Order: sequence, then C-alpha cells, then structure tokens
Amino acid sequence: MKRLTVRTTVRRLAGFLEGTAAPYVGSVLFTLLSAALSMIMPLVFRFVVDTVIDGGSPALPPLLQSFYAGLGSRDFFVANLWLCGVAIVVVNSISGGVDFFKGKWMAIVSEHSARTIRMKLYRHLGALPYSYHAKAETGDLVQRCTSDVDTVRKFLALQLLEIVRCLALVLFSAGLMFLLDPGMALVSVAVTPVVFVTSLLYFRKERTAFQAYDEQEGRLSTLLQENLTGVRVVKAFARQDDEMARFEEGNSSLRELGIKLMKIVGAFWMYSDFLCLVQMGAVVVFGTYRVVEAGMSLGTLLAFIAYVDMLLYPLRGLARTLADAGKMQISLSRIEEVLTEPEEPSDEELLEPEIRGGVTFEHVGFRYEEGKDVLEDVSFTVQKGQTVAILGPTGSGKSTLVHLLQRLYEPTSGRILLDGVDLKSIRRAHVRRNVGLVLQEAFLFSRSLKENIRLPRPDAEDATVHEAARTAAVHDDILAFDQGYETVVGERGVTLSGGQRQRVAMARSIIRECPVVVFDDSLSAVDTETDSKIRAELGARRHQSTTFIISHRVSTLAEADLILVLEHGRIAQSGTHAELVARPGLYRRVWEIQSALGTEADGEGGEGA
Amino acid sequence: MTQFEEKDFSEKLDFGIWKRLLAHGRGLKPVFVALGISMGLLACLETLGPLLTKYSIDHFVAQGTVAGLPWFALLYFGITVVQAISTYFFLYNAGRVEAGMCYSIRREGFERLQQLPFSYYDRTPVGWIMARMTSDSQRLAEVIAWGLVDVFWGAASLLTASVAMFILNWRLALVTMAVVPALAYASLFFQRRMLESQREIRKTNSRITGAFNEGIMGARTTKTLLREHKNSEEFQELTDTMYKSSVRAAVFSSLYIPLVSVLASCGSALVLVVGGDGVISGVLLMGTLYAFISYASRFFDPIRHLSRIFAELQAAQAAAERVMGLLGEKPEIVDAPGVREAFSAQYGADPSGWPGMDGRIEFRDVTFAYGEGEKVLEHFDLVVPSGQSVALVGETGAGKSTIVNLACRFYEPTSGSILIDGRDYREYPMHWLYSRLGYVLQSPHLFSGTVEENIRYAKPTATREEVEAAAKLVSAHEFILRLEKGYDTEVGEGGDRLSTGEKQLVSFARAVLSDPCLFVLDEATSSVDTETEQAIQHAILQLLSGRTSFVVAHRLSTIRNADRILVISDGRIIEDGTHRELMSRRGHYHALYVSQFIDESVGV
Repeated sequence: MKRLTVRTTVRRLAGFLEGTAAPYVGSVLFTLLSAALSMIMPLVFRFVVDTVIDGGSPALPPLLQSFYAGLGSRDFFVANLWLCGVAIVVVNSISGGVDFFKGKWMAIVSEHSARTIRMKLYRHLGALPYSYHAKAETGDLVQRCTSDVDTVRKFLALQLLEIVRCLALVLFSAGLMFLLDPGMALVSVAVTPVVFVTSLLYFRKERTAFQAYDEQEGRLSTLLQENLTGVRVVKAFARQDDEMARFEEGNSSLRELGIKLMKIVGAFWMYSDFLCLVQMGAVVVFGTYRVVEAGMSLGTLLAFIAYVDMLLYPLRGLARTLADAGKMQISLSRIEEVLTEPEEPSDEELLEPEIRGGVTFEHVGFRYEEGKDVLEDVSFTVQKGQTVAILGPTGSGKSTLVHLLQRLYEPTSGRILLDGVDLKSIRRAHVRRNVGLVLQEAFLFSRSLKENIRLPRPDAEDATVHEAARTAAVHDDILAFDQGYETVVGERGVTLSGGQRQRVAMARSIIRECPVVVFDDSLSAVDTETDSKIRAELGARRHQSTTFIISHRVSTLAEADLILVLEHGRIAQSGTHAELVARPGLYRRVWEIQSALGTEADGEGGEGA
Repeated sequence: MTQFEEKDFSEKLDFGIWKRLLAHGRGLKPVFVALGISMGLLACLETLGPLLTKYSIDHFVAQGTVAGLPWFALLYFGITVVQAISTYFFLYNAGRVEAGMCYSIRREGFERLQQLPFSYYDRTPVGWIMARMTSDSQRLAEVIAWGLVDVFWGAASLLTASVAMFILNWRLALVTMAVVPALAYASLFFQRRMLESQREIRKTNSRITGAFNEGIMGARTTKTLLREHKNSEEFQELTDTMYKSSVRAAVFSSLYIPLVSVLASCGSALVLVVGGDGVISGVLLMGTLYAFISYASRFFDPIRHLSRIFAELQAAQAAAERVMGLLGEKPEIVDAPGVREAFSAQYGADPSGWPGMDGRIEFRDVTFAYGEGEKVLEHFDLVVPSGQSVALVGETGAGKSTIVNLACRFYEPTSGSILIDGRDYREYPMHWLYSRLGYVLQSPHLFSGTVEENIRYAKPTATREEVEAAAKLVSAHEFILRLEKGYDTEVGEGGDRLSTGEKQLVSFARAVLSDPCLFVLDEATSSVDTETEQAIQHAILQLLSGRTSFVVAHRLSTIRNADRILVISDGRIIEDGTHRELMSRRGHYHALYVSQFIDESVGV
C-alpha cells in the first residue's frame, strides 16, 4: 500500500473537516486557554507560601501589585486566607467551563467528519462498477469502512487536540519556569528531551511488536473458525484430540507473545518512570539546595515541582500521540484507496428508449484481462418473448454473457443490440430497469421477506408481492413461518435454505416485470419438482418477457426456443432441443447421460405410466 | 430454519459470576499474588514521594542547612530505582494475568466445544461461538486483569495516602477528605450514565457495520436491482442517528471531568485555607501542608478509576455471562461412567487393539425428539444386516437425517435403544464407534491445507500411496493431478479454491481412506456439471459396496444402487424393499420414482 505524504494527509483530513471551521477553531483556542489556566494554581500556592505565610514581598505584575496593595497587602490575606481558596475554585470552575465547550465542539467536529467519511464511502461503494464488487474482499472492506474510519475519527476527536494540549502545557510550564528562575529551570528540563525522544522511539517500535501478536491472534481465530465450521467432520473422524493439540499450540503461543509484549511495555515504563523520577528528584534536591544556599523562595520550589509534573507527563503523552498518528495515516490511506477507485462513468446524456425485448449479439467478445478471452465472437438473435437456454461447463463464459446484458460489464469487441439500439448508447440505469437479472448466489437483505421481495418496487401492494411469491413457488414456505411475510431474514432473523433464498430472489425479480429476464443458474438449489412448477408458472408469463436461463438440467433446457451451448467462450452449438439431440456434441452427451438412468428403468417405469 | 435466540441478561452487577470466572484462572494464583505485592509496593512508594519533599522542606529548608543533603539525594535515588523496578513487575504480572486468563478461558472453551454434540451446533450459529471465543474472552481477560489492577491500585493509593495523612495530622486529614464522598458519588453517577450512552452508541455502531457489511455483500444484487440511491438514503438516516447520539454522549462526558475536577479543587482549596492558617499560627509544619496539598489532588484519580471499573464490570457482565454459558454447556453425549474402563479392561487400553465392527445395526423401539420439541420418530424399529446399503427417501422433514444421525450416535434416542452388533451402542466407548464411521456431508467441508492433507485427515498415518489409492478409487485422482501442484495444491479456507463437485470428490476420498465399517452419506442436491456428477456417482458406488451404509438419497442412480430402499414419511417407514420390489408395488416409491425420472431425464 502506498503511504500517504503529509501533504495529502492534511489535505484529505481538511476535506473531511469541511463545514466545521467555527467549532474547530473554537476548540483549539479553548484548549490553549485551558492549558494556560492550569498554570495559575501553582502560582497561587506560591503566593500563599511565600507571601502570606512567609511574609516575603510578592513579585507581581504592576496591575496585580496595585490590586494587592489596595486590598491591604499581606495582613489582609493573612486574615482572609479563604480568598485564596476561593481563587483556586474560581480558576478551576472557569477552566471547567472552558473544557466543557472544548469537548462539545470537538465532538461536533469529529462526529460530523466521521459521518462525512461514512457517507462518502457508502455512496462510493454503491457507485463502483460490478467488476470491483465481484473481486472485493468483504471483511477487509468492512474493516476499512468501520474501524479505519473510527481510527481517523479518534485522531480528529482526541489526538489532534491532545497534541495541541501537550505542546501548550510543555511550552507554558517550561516558559514559566524560565521566567521564575532560569538556573533552576535548566536543571528542571535537563532530562526531558531524553524522555521525549526515547518515548517517541519506543511507541514507534511498539507497533511492530503488537503486529506479531495481532497476526498470531488472527491465526488462532482462523483455526477456530475452521474447526467450528468443520466440527461435524472433526467428530465424524474422531479427531478431537488432534484438534485440541493444534489449538493448544496456537493458544499458548499467543499467551507467550502476550507476555513478551508486556515485558517490552514494562521495560519501557520502568525506564521512562526512572527518568521522570530522577528528574523530579533532581528538582527537589537541587531546589532545596538553591533555597537554602542561593535564596530562592520555597514557594518557587513548590511551583517548580508542580510545573515539572505538568511537563513530564504531557511529554510522554505527546510522544505516544505522535506515534499513533502513524496508525491514523495507515487507516487514512486504506480509506483513500477505496475512495480513489474509479466509479462507473456518468451517462446521463445517453438514451432511454422503450425496450420491448428483442436481443441481438453481434460478434461479441469479452475479456477481464489481456490475452484471456472469456467470450469470443458470440452472435445470436432472440425475438421478443422467446426463451434462450444456455448450457456449458464451469468457466465457459455463461455468467459473463448474461452479465453483459445488464451492462455490468462492457463487451471488449462487437456489440449488443436491444430492440436494434446499441446497448452502449442506453443509460445503465435504464438498462438495469428493463433487464432483470437473478444471480446464482442470491443475496437477501436483513429485513422482512415482504420488503425483500418488493425491494425493486417499494410501493408494490401486498397482493402483488404474494402473486410474485406464488409464481416463484415460495408463497407457502413464507406462510409457514410464524410471522409470514413479516419474517425478518438474514443475520438477525430466520435463516432460509439455499433453495428458499433462490426462490425469494426469483420472486423479487418477477415483481419487476421486466421485458428481459435473466436467470443465472438461479434455481440450482431448488429441487427438480419445484423447479418444474416454477417453470410452468413462468411459462404462463413468457409471452411478455424475453427470458435467458442458465441451467444444467436438460428438462429446463429442452423447453427453450433457442439453446446455446458454450464451450471456451464460443458458441459451440445452437438450435432447438430436437436439432441438438440429432447432432453429436456436448448437448447430446449431457442429454444421454441424464436420460441413461432412464433407459434401464424404462420398462418398469413405462408400465406404470 | 431455526431462529437463534439470545438470552437477555441482567443489568445488575453480579459479583458471583466474576468470582466463578476468576475460578477458571486457578493456575494463576502465584501470578495474582505477585501482582498484588508489586502493586502494594508501588502504591507505598508513590505515597512516599510527597513525604520526601516534606522532609526536605521541614529539615533542610526550615533549618537553613544543606548538611546531609547528599545522603537525602542518595535515598531519593534509591527509592526511584526501586519504584521503577516495581513498575516493571507490576506491568509484567498484570500482563501475565491478562494473557493467562485469556488462554485458560479459550482452552476450556475449545475443549468444551470439541465435546458438545451436533445438536449444540444445530442451534448455535458459528458466528456466535466465534465472538465468545475471540473478542469476548479477550475483553474479559482485559477487564479482569486491568480491572483488578484498577480496583487494587485505587484502593491501595487511597489507603496509603489516608494513612499517611492521618499520621501527619488527623484533623487536617478529615478536612481534606471532606470532598471524597461527593467525588465518589458524582463519579459513579456519571460513569453509569456514560456507559449507558456508550452502549447506545455501540448498538448504532453495530448497525452501521451491519449496513456496510450488507452494502458490500449485497452490492452486486443492489446493482442488478438498481437500489443504490435508495440504500444511500437509508444509510444517511443511520449516520445521522449516530451523529446525534455520539454528540449527545460526548457533551455529557464533557461535563463530567470539569465537574469532578472543580469538586477536587474544593478539597485543595480547603486544605490550603485551613492548613495555611495552621502554618501561620505555627501549629503545622510547612512541609506537612505541602504533603496534604499534594495528597488532596491525588484523590481524584483513584476514585475516578474505581467508579469506572464498577461501571465497566457492569458493562462486561453480559460478555461474562455468555462465556460462562458456553463453558457451562453440558456435552449431552458422553461415555457413561465406566464404559471406557470396562472396554479397556477387556481389550486393552490402546484403541488400535479394539475389536472391529461387523456392522449390524438395529433400532429397537426408538423414540426421538429434538430437545423439548415434537417427536420426530416414535416407536421406530429397523434392522440392518451387516454389509447392507440402505437408501432413505422421502420428503424434506420426514426424518431421514434424524435416522442417520441417530445411527451415528450424533444424537441419542430419547427412549428405546440402538444396537450395534447386538449390543446397545451406549455400552461402547464413543471413540470406538466414531473411529469406525465414515461420514460424508451434503456440503463437504475441507480444511485449509493441501489436497493430500485433507484426504489424510481421515487417517493421519496414511502414506502418500494410500492417499493416491483412495483418490483413484473415487475417480478424484485425475482432477487432482490437473491442479496446479497436484496433491500439494492448497485448497484455501474451507476448500474455497475447489469447485463444489471437486470438494465432494475429495471428501469421498477422505471417507474411503478411513475405510469405515459404517458409512453414511447425506447426498447433495445442488447441481454440478454432468461429468463431475458421473465421477461422484462412481465414487458413491465404491463407497457403498460391502459396507453397512445409510444414504439420504436424492439421485435416482444412488437410490437404485442401494441394496434396500426405505421410504420415510412422518418418522415412519412406509415402504421397505429393493428397487424392483418397490416398483412392482406401485405405491409411494413408484410415484416418486416416476416423477423424479421425468425430471432427471427429458420429458419427451
């Protein structure tokens, strides 16, 4: 995968942030303000210790100095120490308010941009061509759309501001320390660059260490998945003990990796805690020395202790966040990869002619990649209302041929005519509205059966839905469910058998009443009896639609007006059943094999008939 | 067609379930102890920090001397070293607890899964089990390890700081801790609600994931149905909901930290005012005031962690209950006590020395129901002599698969008994039966690995020659040689790189290699191309010959090749005989055959 440059990263992120400039700027400003406010508390303590308690004169800026003198100098504060307490609470309340708005605005910014990314992805996925989805790996894509989006969202919501916050805290506290006592300040920040650099290096490295763990975890779940889906085989061959040993191996090596990882983590924190504590110790010891020998005030020392605390921990946090930014970049480039896939080109200017159902293939050829022809020189003509059956071994190009009819792919040579109009000059949406395609692997959406059937026609009446289901011989199956047509299918509902799924998909296509209908082996899981029932029902409608059927069943093929036998992407034979049976070739072979069962039983079967 | 029902879980925090879960980490006791010790030490050392500063203030600063400061520095450094080392051990031990808990839960879960009967898998989706075994167990181990750490750490730092304060000045200690109840209450209140809103967000989030999943898996269907636009509209609604609830939740949690930190600052302010007065009037040492101020600001974090962990335990409870549910599943079919011992005593402990099986199967007055459901079989009797192949035909749901599963002892009769070679099969060890059984499923399942490994799965000791011989017997050899690397071709996850027909042939070879005494075939209905179909028919013929076998048959040729045909309807045998006999009877079988015949051949 290509790693994004910082420039494209920033440009992409800025694109997602569009429309959120006001809350975004607001939250950055308030982050700075909040960091500045947290600098005040140690100063209040310092004032109390040095001036109120110790009686030293406060080194205040002129404005505060006159305010201090006006109130009555030290004596006033000795008598009214509670005012300092109130000051602390007030400062904290203000900074609390600031934090609240900062949090709210940032939530708006990050959630808004997350929504933008999700919508972009979803729309884009819908607009990608069929060929993309035919190859797509679902798991990986879903991951890009969910956890990668979440990583980017978290970066925007938390890490971006965290960087600002940490930087501000570090700069403010270091700056204040230098203002208070430059010599002391030098000692106080001496170790901090080391803390920062080692942390940064470590968090970078940590990622690779985690990778080994993640990979092993992936292996373990693959192992588990396989065992569970094949559990019947495991049992049938009495292989439980071996499976257990295999799992044990993976499981314990995951444990060892986990412990090893924690050792690395522990070593880092040990080292980095050591550095931080040494820094703190240096401040306490050297500060004590400065107070006793060089006249630094005790309040200043205590303020230094507080500021070093505000410096060291954000510094480690900053290192972690910067290292995590790398993760965000990876996620972002994974999202980018999806978004830059080319969509189906826009075709609004193309024709939308009336389609009645005549189909002509003129020397059509197709290949997915150079040198590997899937279809070659395919020519045939079908009249409106006729049925074409296609037979051929796996990989002969049957599915590709019917996919071309919906403009899911474009022919690489030759042309397809729909009622005499070149398919290429008709809008894709219009083609798909008029050519119904039922895929072999029927996909049902996780909603009710009724909604699934009327998916292409959301306004269809119940009666229409039932009628379509009846034609597809699935009406009775549906009524057998507790909730009938309202039964929800898919992940959160009832699981249908393969045959039922195919028949629902069939009903879904019937309801569209397209002038051209294509069945891509879409009754393969339906038993032969039901298959013939459906064909009989469809037969009643056939005068309306031109039908393409891919099937292995001779009984299905035999009824067609035109049978095409595909071999290696070419039409090897074509004609009616009677014609093809009379000639040697694949069709006759298949017919002989499928009827050979019958010849022997003919006598017996014939008697009964 | 079963709808898997997820049990509803209680919302109240139940410590019992956590205790029981902890019991699964028995072997980790020393690690828990080590973790406790390292954390206790660390908490003490952290509490020591302000005391050291206090000493420095009251001793060196107050008395204006640096005598002994080097020694003080050395002590500080020494404590630093010890503290850093205990940090390491604390993290290391916490990691060991986490990894160890996760390991134990998964090991026990996997062991249990291997023992659970088919019925469990019939009613439980694989995805559900996967979630329990992967993310849930990971999450629980995390919650247990780091939750314990948080609880212990929070308690220890609260305790050590309190002790230090009370020793220094109990009055001021009471003042400092005045805000603690309010802090604790506010934290608990917010954490609970934050978790609730997070749960809400998680639900929406999983709907979004579902929508993406569906959008991608169904992309091709969407395209063919021209639904892209409508789907986007629906998705927009979902992301809007997500936006609203996320922002609402974020606003709520943006309230929490400021509110609690204002409360905590009240504590600091109180200490400063009361303690400051004390120092001015000379009853309190300056260093003591510093120590109190520094402890006061430390109360906030442990309390926040403690309330968070309670809330998290509550949130993770559902996961805990589900995992415990899995670990507590009873393997319904197990060797009765003493069966294996008795068998070993008779034939020796080594299963390879156990006697063979003749293969006479008898169902004697068998009644069977799935769970509490309707009876599928009632008073069912059947005798299958050794070596006979039996084809079971009839409509879906008639009970064919049930009969087969009972014969294999994947289920056991609800009442009545099944006898193998004249003896109730519950008197044999399960291993004896399963290692003599060949079982080929409707949808063949292959494991990732090579073709050879998959065939050898039936008999790990088989040589390459035996593997090839088995493949030849079922006509799989030819197509295997045509694969890229022959027998060493990787079949991919679940055998995905092979076609359905090829997978079937490999699974036949696998069954042949195990040379079973009892063979069961659940024939596939899905169509494969005609030539593969022929190879499969040939393979079936090989497998059936000379063995007791049951075939749930759909193809005429398979049916006709059986020695005996049983027509099953509503859990009863309505016709029983050879093809010839049943044809001449002109009953159900005849009708079935004729209609099937017309469908399979061409209705000329």
